[in-house]
Amino acid sequence: MGKRLKPAVAPEKKIGTLIAIVLLAALYVFLFLLDNALPTNSTTTMLIPVLKKGAIYALVCVSMNLLNGFTGLFSLGQAGFMLIGAYVFAIFSIPADQHNSVYQYFDGGAIQFSIPESLGRLLGENAGNFWGAIICILIAGAVSAIFAALIGIPVLRLKSDYLAIATLGFAEIIRAIFQWNGLGKITNGSNLLRKYTNFHDIKIQIGGTIFQLDTIFPFFIATLSILTIVLLVNSSYGRAFKSIRDDEVAAEAMGINLFKHKMLSFVISSFYAGVGGALLAMFQTTIQAAPFRSTMTYEILLIVVIGGIGSITGSCIASFLYIACSEWWLRFLDSGSFLGMEVSFFRDGFRKVVFSVVIMIIVLFFSRGIMGDKELSFAGIIRKIRKRRQVKAVPADGEIQEKEDESHE
Amino acid sequence: MSERTNVLRLENITMQFGGVVAVNNLSMKVDEGEIVALIGPNGAGKTTAFNVITGVYQPTNGQVAFYDKAYIRNHPQGKMKKIYKGENPLLYTEEHTLELPDGADALAAKQAEKARDHYVFSSHVMAPTPDHITKMGIARTFQNIRLWKSMTVFDNVIIAKHMRAKHNIFSSTFRASWKEEARMRKETEELLREQGLWQHRDELATSLPYGLQRRLEIARALATDPKLLLLDEPAAGMNPQETLELAEFIHEIRDRHHLTILLIEHHMDLVMNISDRIYVLDFGSLIAQGLPSEIQKNQHVIDAYLGVVEDE
Repeated sequence: MGKRLKPAVAPEKKIGTLIAIVLLAALYVFLFLLDNALPTNSTTTMLIPVLKKGAIYALVCVSMNLLNGFTGLFSLGQAGFMLIGAYVFAIFSIPADQHNSVYQYFDGGAIQFSIPESLGRLLGENAGNFWGAIICILIAGAVSAIFAALIGIPVLRLKSDYLAIATLGFAEIIRAIFQWNGLGKITNGSNLLRKYTNFHDIKIQIGGTIFQLDTIFPFFIATLSILTIVLLVNSSYGRAFKSIRDDEVAAEAMGINLFKHKMLSFVISSFYAGVGGALLAMFQTTIQAAPFRSTMTYEILLIVVIGGIGSITGSCIASFLYIACSEWWLRFLDSGSFLGMEVSFFRDGFRKVVFSVVIMIIVLFFSRGIMGDKELSFAGIIRKIRKRRQVKAVPADGEIQEKEDESHE
Repeated sequence: MSERTNVLRLENITMQFGGVVAVNNLSMKVDEGEIVALIGPNGAGKTTAFNVITGVYQPTNGQVAFYDKAYIRNHPQGKMKKIYKGENPLLYTEEHTLELPDGADALAAKQAEKARDHYVFSSHVMAPTPDHITKMGIARTFQNIRLWKSMTVFDNVIIAKHMRAKHNIFSSTFRASWKEEARMRKETEELLREQGLWQHRDELATSLPYGLQRRLEIARALATDPKLLLLDEPAAGMNPQETLELAEFIHEIRDRHHLTILLIEHHMDLVMNISDRIYVLDFGSLIAQGLPSEIQKNQHVIDAYLGVVEDE
């Protein structure tokens, strides 16, 4: 019996948390410098959008993982909820005097105010944009969550593949509704929504100087959201979600209300998908319903699978890797030359061929993803190093590392 | 016996899957503090009866009461009306009409009226989901162990405490209900120590030896604070020594947690040893009931079931 008794876990956990906080702070300092001090060159012009999009995708993937990985609900509605979030954000943050040009085919639209602008009158322009954006993001999440609750009532009674089909269908229906000209006064039909608050508008004024928060802002929202999801997953409700994933019949027999818990998971996941959609709208500066197709959901699902279904750190690592590969690292494949040589097949689109092959290799040979269902944590790394030092004093055991941290990218 | 509080009562339960009658007009009762066994050959409908009691299946006909309060009730409806094969089809069906014989006296009229009231009342269908039934105080284990595979022993037990905890998703996520969480952890620790599983708390549930997995399932069921515990073949796959220990263990948990126990079992030694009363099912119908000594002598039971044992 004595061999299983571990020393108190607390010190490693404390050190691990400390390292995580320090690294996170360092990351934020770096991002701040990136926004304000570092010179613009070919590396930073690639790095900044990759970091922004990576953070947004990390949030969306973690929200999908909450549903697919932790609750075991195979839902494919993520793009639909992102679409709702993106539109709600854009609609509420287009400045009033821009309505005529944005909604040029719909008599200037139905909504004639902008939350960031209204707040700007009260708090000053910069603070107005910052808090206005946050309020709009929250509204975007909330509207998405409300849609999820309504859709969830019929859909969550379905199981596995049927649930996936139904949610996929709903996502497509939502896209079609948003493109419908009948709602043009609000959604601008199938035309672009633009001129709303974007990352470049997020600034902070300290003393007399104005600092840009371009890259920090998506990271800030994503970190906060992912942290909340981590807390949820490790709470009593998170455990209940996992029990539903492992065995629904047993979970129900142990008093867990399946419908209530599935609904909670679905609504929360959709809330964060909405938040992610709003951030994506800010990132893109113009949005349209058309790109929010099922391909986007599959892209997110792919990242979740690469990262490991049921691993939050896995989703975070995978989304940064995926975005970096698809937007940056594999770009040279399209350039027409390789190591100075002209190679005829390195032309536009070859990047995607190589990328598909890489993904196939990952899915075939690392079918459980980068992390499996484990979490990367500094406490776990410290524990592993200590164990190795103790040389066979303790028999190996498949320790599950709990603490998560997304700062390692 | 009669003054004991009645915990569980099945009245005319019929469970029909299409044309197959899995349980036919089963009526039984379990009193407080009793250990009652449900036995019978394979496919006799024992587990189906459990699934009806715990709300996994909705019975085709009949009602189930917990502490004299009906919580499951049904009568053949829709398509089932036509293909219903169970006994007493008129007792709970809508076609049941009141017919008074000529020259019936006042008392008979009153009785008939009462019967009709009973019918009107009983036509109200009740089909709560299993989690509601567990919340009422009925917990169960499964014939083929159904532990949560990717979770540790500790988590397996603490999740069963989730249902009765006073928290909501916000207080739980933001740790505002940490006192409740601490209480759940403490109670889980007590339960695991009591069951001798504490040293295995951080192991995966599936990595435990078979006997301990059974014990963990019972611990998990106990974590829901039940009044009635349903054990589905608790001794399956156990060796004679473990079976012997199990008998003692079942008595122990009954006394410590003030439980009433209904169990399904094939180990006749165990059944005769621990049960106060026995119900015997064969092809979905009740063929005998009574004390263990009576059942052992019952010719129907020997023919249908026990005979095999005696040959050995």
